[in-house]
Amino acid sequence: MTFGVLRFPGSCDEVDALLACRRFADAELIWHGDRDLGGVDAVVVPGGFSYGDYLRAGAIARFSPAMEAVADFAHAGGPVLGICNGFQVLCEAGLLPGALLPNESLRFVCRQVDVEVVNADTPFTRTSRPGDVLSIPVKHTTGRYYAPGVTLEELEANGQVLLRYAAGQNPNGSLRNIAGVCNQGRNVMGLMPHPEHAVDPLTGSADGGVLFASLAAHVEALVATA
Amino acid sequence: MTARVLIRPKEGILDPSGQAVERALTSLGFQGVSEVKVGRLVELEVDDPARVPEMCERLLANPLIEDYEVVVLEDVAG
Repeated sequence: MTFGVLRFPGSCDEVDALLACRRFADAELIWHGDRDLGGVDAVVVPGGFSYGDYLRAGAIARFSPAMEAVADFAHAGGPVLGICNGFQVLCEAGLLPGALLPNESLRFVCRQVDVEVVNADTPFTRTSRPGDVLSIPVKHTTGRYYAPGVTLEELEANGQVLLRYAAGQNPNGSLRNIAGVCNQGRNVMGLMPHPEHAVDPLTGSADGGVLFASLAAHVEALVATA
Repeated sequence: MTARVLIRPKEGILDPSGQAVERALTSLGFQGVSEVKVGRLVELEVDDPARVPEMCERLLANPLIEDYEVVVLEDVAG
């Protein structure tokens, strides 16, 4: 099983994402100019400041050749995980509902937060259980999750809210404490916290490994039943 | 032709940047200021201004969170 991790000009977390993936499977980098994803089984869109975050975070990256390939991959059911800037890119690309707005505090936040698993029945969370609390860092200025009220109701009803900030720990003013959502097909997920920075107890928590382990288990289960 | 695109946060969406500016103006002694919104300005030279709304929908604005307004400036130089 091989993860592909995108690299845009301005990405800064792609190497950590690559190393996190390699704890659970093979992984390689994909340059933003490549239209060919090289047959990877899952895609990670990493954090950073793709194309300088000009105009709006993620607005330019969504038109890159690699993202066009990722959209095709996602529409065909391939699993795609967007972290932080990757979440913003996936929202801008219309692969995830909603948008990320500047933090309510207008400040850059960088801290460890607890997030609760809401739905463990997805390719991204299957090695966890509902109610599990994961300690994962956030670091962003534009992380306030927003979607219109009707959309929020649909997300809750469909089980598309996968992660929520624990009570009192919402770092950015996200509506309904949403930290991570998936699409209706459950093969595209975005989250603001950085699981790739929490895969080794040396840095305080290995809880972020759940997402990469889940994806690896998901792909291997697909291969086993094929 | 010059087109000017004004982009602002949609009505009802919290605009902390506008609120911060409003507080700063008040603290400077400017009374009677309210509903401050901070947005962006994109100015562009275009052959066909009729295409600018499509540019806004696809790239310049995010219609989910932002309203936009296109102002086409007359070509005064002729």
